Amino acid sequence: METEAVMQHLGLVCVSFIFTAIFGLLLGIIGYNFKRTRFIILWFVDILQTIPVLALLGIIMIFFGATFRTVVIGIVLYSLLPVVRNTIVGLEQIDPAIREAAIGMGMTKRQRLYKIEFPLAFPIIFTGLKISVITSIGIAVFGAVVGGGGLGYTINRAIMIQDGNTLFKATLALVLMSLAFDLIMGLIEKKLDYSKRRGSV
Amino acid sequence: MIEFKNVKKAYQDNVVIEDLSFTINDGEFVCIIGPSGCGKTTTLKMINRLHKVNGGEILIDGTNINDIDVNELRKSIGYVIQHIGLFPNMNVKQNISVVPTLLKWSKDKIDLRIKELMKMINMPFDEFAYKYPNELSGGQQQRVGVLRALAANPNIILMDEPFGALDPITRDVLQDELRNIHDQLKKTIIFVTHDMDEAVKMADRILFLDGGKILQYATPEEMLKNPGTPLIREFLGKISYDYNASDLTCEDVMRKRVYTVYNKERTLKCTSIMKQRDVASLVVVDHNNRYLGIIRIEDIKSEGVPGETIEKLIRKEDITVLINSNARDAFSELEKDNKEYLVVLKRDRQVAGIITRSSMAKALASLIWGENDV
Ligand SMILES: Nc1ncnc2c1ncn2[C@@H]1O[C@H](COP(=O)(O)OP(=O)(O)OP(=O)(O)O)[C@@H](O)[C@H]1O
Ligand SMILES: [Mg+2]
Repeated sequence: METEAVMQHLGLVCVSFIFTAIFGLLLGIIGYNFKRTRFIILWFVDILQTIPVLALLGIIMIFFGATFRTVVIGIVLYSLLPVVRNTIVGLEQIDPAIREAAIGMGMTKRQRLYKIEFPLAFPIIFTGLKISVITSIGIAVFGAVVGGGGLGYTINRAIMIQDGNTLFKATLALVLMSLAFDLIMGLIEKKLDYSKRRGSV
Repeated sequence: MIEFKNVKKAYQDNVVIEDLSFTINDGEFVCIIGPSGCGKTTTLKMINRLHKVNGGEILIDGTNINDIDVNELRKSIGYVIQHIGLFPNMNVKQNISVVPTLLKWSKDKIDLRIKELMKMINMPFDEFAYKYPNELSGGQQQRVGVLRALAANPNIILMDEPFGALDPITRDVLQDELRNIHDQLKKTIIFVTHDMDEAVKMADRILFLDGGKILQYATPEEMLKNPGTPLIREFLGKISYDYNASDLTCEDVMRKRVYTVYNKERTLKCTSIMKQRDVASLVVVDHNNRYLGIIRIEDIKSEGVPGETIEKLIRKEDITVLINSNARDAFSELEKDNKEYLVVLKRDRQVAGIITRSSMAKALASLIWGENDV
């Protein structure tokens, strides 16, 4: 029963993560490449975060009903900001000399992006992804209200029937989940940093 | 051949270059120099179209660069920047192979090329190929930067103060290496610097810019001899002819004042010149100042008839050297049979000067202590 809830919760987080990564990177790269869209994109993902989670889920539920899909959409919208922002920041902080070298060597915009800029920005982008995953673990709890299941459902029911034991276990599971993601992704994050990966000059 | 024809460049309303025309020949090493903000970088970057030309045209081998696809153009021109700009996410091998990869060279061809390049500058492939830029010293990084520019074998290489950030000793080594590479590969190199020493050392020709205009475009020797303007003179500053001893020619070590006599001169006149100058022999020349031989005081004493010309007494001694031959050879010639002096001749056998032990010593001393007049 509880492992099932944990798996369900993880399922929500993972499925959402895939969409967050895809849309977040896409929006970030668009924002980076087209300066005029940058402001609008950042403003949009920022606004999304200011809407209370339950209100956001409620609005989405109007269109998609109380389903798994509604929860995923909610989580994605809510956790886009760190990915989009870090993608833009990560791409922008690249040493202009490196960018100029790449241009001067005759790389097209796309070649520059996937050979140079994206790899160099990836450590920062990855940090954004990490933040967004951990955020989404928390958001997914609210998903129970609109039919998402997962640990949110377990917690709601435990509160209703005043089952302190289950409540404690479910909360502990959430905390451990967050810590585990933070730890594992944090380790990967450190490995990614080119400037620190090998002995410095 | 690269031709600038009435090139104009403005950043918004700020006209940086008004009307710039010059030519760079194939295989030439041209240094662009001038005060900060004079347009050196702008001039360089217009060649690979990092900056757009606002008027006039730039031709490479007769083709307007605007008629060439911009990325094709850039792939065909090597580019090295001051900040090195190696890609930190790539190792040495990957960095060098960027352009060959863009040009879709085969793996084997790229590998071969990289090994060949790394051999040229003494960076053993096995030791360095898989290192990342942050594991290299500044000098090593810029060596890789230079190799990266050379990788796809471009005919033209642009360099913007490539050694500006290096310490003087490393810079010196890299300058030598680059000059060597140039002499071996005969690439056209356009090299921006603000260091006149560097320009004089490296360049075949120096393009001196000020305010987007050419003040002088000349060989280093010419510029040193005849600085076009006071500003250039100031830039040349205290550069004296900074030759290595092994580069010295006879011209550098000779004394220009030679005591010569005309071959129809009378013996009496000769002895009086010898007495006056305190020398035991004179150089004999014809009416065109061409070398005929020497005349010695002993010969006049033993065989000379007062009132006669010296013609019969002239010794056609083989003590001549050509003006542009190496000073070291002259020195060993002087040492052989312990000669008193050597007569330095121009190509047409006109007497240009004389080398004695003391003129040699003075030249070497000025090289060491930096005095200019020999
Ligand atoms: N991107 C730019 N936008 C506007 N003005 C520029 C730009 N680049 C250069 N300039 C101006 O053009 C002039 C020439 O600049 P350039 O960089 O070619 O000089 P430089 O000779 O390379 O100088 P330095 O020795 O300092 O590198 C300067 O007055 C500079 O302020
Ligand atoms: Mg410059």
